[in-house]
Order: sequence, then C-alpha cells, then structure tokens
Amino acid sequence: MARPQTIAEKILAAHAGLDEVIPGQLIECDLDLVLANDVTAPIAIREFGRIGVPRVFDPTKVVLVPDHYVPNKDIKSAEQAKIVRDFAHEQGITHYYEVGCMGVEHALLPEQGVVGAGDLVIGADSHTCTYGALGAFATGVGSTDAGVGFATGKAWFKVPESIRFIIDGTLAPGVTGKDIILYLIGLIGVDGALYGAMEITGTAIQSLSMEGRLTISNMAIEAGAKVGIIPVDDVTRAYLQGRTERPWIEYHADPDAVYAQTYHIAAADIPPTVAYPHLPSNTRPVAEARDVRIDQAIIGSCTNGRIEDMRQAAAVFKGHKVHPNVRCIVIPATQLVYRQCIEEGLTAIFLDANCAVSTPTCGPCLGGYMGILAAGEKAVATTNRNFVGRMGDISSEVYLTSPAVAAASAILGHIALPEDI
Amino acid sequence: MQFKGYAHTYGRDVDTDVIIPARYLNSSDSAELASHCMVDIDPDFTSRVKPGDIMVAGENFGCGSSREHAPIAIKYAGIDVVIAKSFARIFYRNAINTGLAILESPEAVDGISAGDTVSVNANSGIITNETTGAQYQAQAFPPFIRAIIEHGGLVERTIANLPD
Repeated sequence: MARPQTIAEKILAAHAGLDEVIPGQLIECDLDLVLANDVTAPIAIREFGRIGVPRVFDPTKVVLVPDHYVPNKDIKSAEQAKIVRDFAHEQGITHYYEVGCMGVEHALLPEQGVVGAGDLVIGADSHTCTYGALGAFATGVGSTDAGVGFATGKAWFKVPESIRFIIDGTLAPGVTGKDIILYLIGLIGVDGALYGAMEITGTAIQSLSMEGRLTISNMAIEAGAKVGIIPVDDVTRAYLQGRTERPWIEYHADPDAVYAQTYHIAAADIPPTVAYPHLPSNTRPVAEARDVRIDQAIIGSCTNGRIEDMRQAAAVFKGHKVHPNVRCIVIPATQLVYRQCIEEGLTAIFLDANCAVSTPTCGPCLGGYMGILAAGEKAVATTNRNFVGRMGDISSEVYLTSPAVAAASAILGHIALPEDI
Repeated sequence: MQFKGYAHTYGRDVDTDVIIPARYLNSSDSAELASHCMVDIDPDFTSRVKPGDIMVAGENFGCGSSREHAPIAIKYAGIDVVIAKSFARIFYRNAINTGLAILESPEAVDGISAGDTVSVNANSGIITNETTGAQYQAQAFPPFIRAIIEHGGLVERTIANLPD
C-alpha cells in the first residue's frame, strides 16, 4: 500500500515510473510537453545543438510559441524569432504558432487543448505553472532544462512539499481569481511557497470559471511555488471535453495526504486587491488605493488576457471614456480571444472608450514594447509582476489589479473600483 | 573548486528583471547580456566587478522570470559564485544546469560586508571571510545535483549519459 499522496506527488510518481514519491526525493521524469518562447527558445536550441542528437524526442510534444517580442519589435527580436521558426520547420514541430495563429503562450495552450489534466509539462517561461488550473503538474524552467527536454523528453525534479489553501464560502461581488491570488501572495509573501506545490481548493475555487482558475495558477510562481494545482472537477471536465488532443488523467489527493501547511481562508474576507510596487506581495484593498493617479492601464497578458477578462473590462468601459490623462492598452491574449472580442462587440466598446487594442503579445508586461513607461509614470496592469523597471524606466511604477479595476482606473484616472464610476 | 574575490552585496528578493532587464532579452549573446548585468539595481556593477568576484544576497535570490539569461549575465560579468540566504527555485535549477556555482548560507550572508575578500571551497561548502577571519559551512548538495555540477552542467551530464 503506497503512502497517501497529494496531487503533485501522484503526477510526479506516475511520470517517474514509481508507485510513490516523497518530498525532497530527486527523480527523473518523462515529460508530456516541453515549451519555449522567442526569448528562451534560442538558448534552448543552442543547448540542444550542443547535445548533438539530430532530432527532438517527439516533434508533437515540443511546443514553440513566439509571443514575447513578436510581431517582431526590432531587428534583434526578428533574429531571435527566426531562430525559433527555422528550428520549428527543420524539426517538423507540430505545435509552432506563427504570427497570425499565435497567442500569449499560457492563454494559448489551454485554449487549444494542447495541455490537459495529469500532464507533466516543463516550459522555459516562469508562468508555465498556469496549467495547474487544469489539474496538470506544469512548471517553469530555464532554457537548458528545455533544451535537454527537447533532446531526451526528460527532466529532473526535486519532489516538492505540498501546501494547501482551502478557500471556502462565497466571494464578495466583484472579487475575481486575480484578487484571490493577489490576496494569497500578500498573505504568504513572494517566497511563502518557495520550492512548494500549492494545492488550491475549496468551495470558492469550485465556483470559479476556468478563466478565473487559470489566473490563480498563473501567479503561483509569484509566491515562489513550483506549481499551483487546482483539483479537477466538473468545471475542468467541461473545459477539457472535446478540447484536448490527448486523453487526460485525473489525479486526486488521498484523504490522508501530507501537507507541509494548510491555510483555511474565508472567501468573504478577500476584497478587490491591488499589489503596490515593487513586489506582488505588497497588497492592499483597492478601496484604500484611490489616491494613486495613473498614466497608463494595461489589460491583457497570460494572467488576464482571456475572454472573461475582456468581458469584465468591457462591462466597465461601456458608455465611458478613458480619462484624458491616461493611455489604456487592451491586448486580447490569443487570436481566438481577439476574434471573440470583435464578434461579441467588446472591441467596439474598447474603441468607443478610446482604448488602443493590440494583436496578441506579451509586450508591455515584461517591459518589452507596446506600452513602455517613462520616468516617474504609474500604470495599473492586469499583469503579474511589478518589480523595479518591469514595465519601463526604473522610476516607473506598476500596480497589479483585476481587469474590472484596471478599466475603472483608466476611466477615472486613479486606482478605483467599478462602483466609483 | 576554490574561489576567492571581493564581495558585492545585495538584499532580499533580487529578481531576474533587475539582474538582466527584459529590454536586453532580444539578444542571447553572453557577453552582451553581461554588459547589462544588475543595471537596474546597481548601475555601477559592471564597471566595478572584477573577474573572480563573489555575489552575496539575502533570501529568494533570482525570483521572478525563468530567464537563464540571468545566471549567464552574472557568470559572464565575472562572478564565480553566488552566496545567498535562499534561492528562488528556477534560478537554483538554472545555476546548477549552467555551471554557475551557488551556495546557501544565511550565516555567511550576515557575516559578509560589501568589499570583503571572501574565499569559497565549493566542494566542502566552506566559506571564509578573509577580511574578518570568520568561517561558515554552507549546505551540501545532494549527490544527484552534485553529479550535474561535477559534469559541468546538465548538457554535459546528458551527453555523458547518451546511449552509444
């Protein structure tokens, strides 16, 4: 009889060919997917080349998404993107997404059914942990891990301790997945789950759509976690059904599974939340942040660029204009979301409100392009990080919020709740 | 491996965006990345750093983005070893995989000031502050990780384990 195990332990054990694993154990696992983007793939491809094997382990299990600096920002970015494109064509990579088909990777892969429950995924991008919302073990790694993964289909792992967050009850009106994860990071700090696997559960989580859940798992890395897993339920099954390319496997925690720590949180205690510069853990209620005047609002990213996010922002913008002192940039995260925005009339609402609407890109989230801040400027953003210089000049500031709060702030010119309008 | 150099000290939560800002990630050239290392937190770092110097920092060093450009920039700027109270997990992997020596020792971090001369024996984990004479013992790596380090990185270990 194997010892009782958490979801993370079960997925890792299954991929290591073991009956059970224990936290701290170092194991080698078979991977279901290896992901990289236009920033990390060029180095991964270089390292793959040094290994000297002619072909990737499985051209259907390597995923390449140019999204950070494409459509190409400049000549250097064009060269990086070309390295990825040439490699994809040479290796016959089936999951390569060219401009016009691409999206921000962690919005794109769940949407396209490339990843499913029970998968073990590494991605050379820290927000690969997003897929935990689907019941997968997915974690960010560096380019060398990805390059070795391209060649061997394997990666080494230190089995993490699991940390459980049980959020029960009814969320207050206007509180979203973004507010939940910002609240959790504020509670435990940016290394509060260091090396750990977050398991996020409870009736408040079960009440969320898949979009809201993906936002939560996306920012597990901002608490230092390796992964942020949400147990599979009917919402997950409905999302995966007819969407995933491969059969999925449900793993559920055993009743006596061991957690390094368990947090019980009342959903009603979570307010609409904003993270002040310069750490995602520097949180406070939006209601206490109205004195912060802003120059820019960004609505998009792998955290909040999905269709539900666009609908929430559009509901606030309808009939209103962006404040004359503010630039608001809306970036639907994938081509499908972009099309849905047009078909549902959301794009018209954004344009009527004087928002700029961009093709999918990570762009401003990491200070790449498409909305860089000048010295001293302040932005609200639905993105995931607010480190020094993250979106531009080192004296600029980023405040992380939900899409509805970002929209309300864009209209009023200061951080605000939708009901303030 | 034995290292000796001057200490460059930083606080907690040094993120990979300040180690190498994303505006420079349109290149993967090691020397170019190194020329921008730490620019947003310590603009003089690249003019001050000497080959063989040592970086010392608080908790959660290397948090944030998975960019391997961060350990590459540090290594090619001339830093041989990073001592921190703790490392963010992706940076920890990336350093081991790319052959940048790292050691965890909260006591050593508290006992080293900027400009101190520090020697490190990466095999034994003994850190000596030559300026104060104090010695510290860093945590040892498990054998699995030690093997990657001894091969010189994950690619080298992978090549060594390829079937004939």
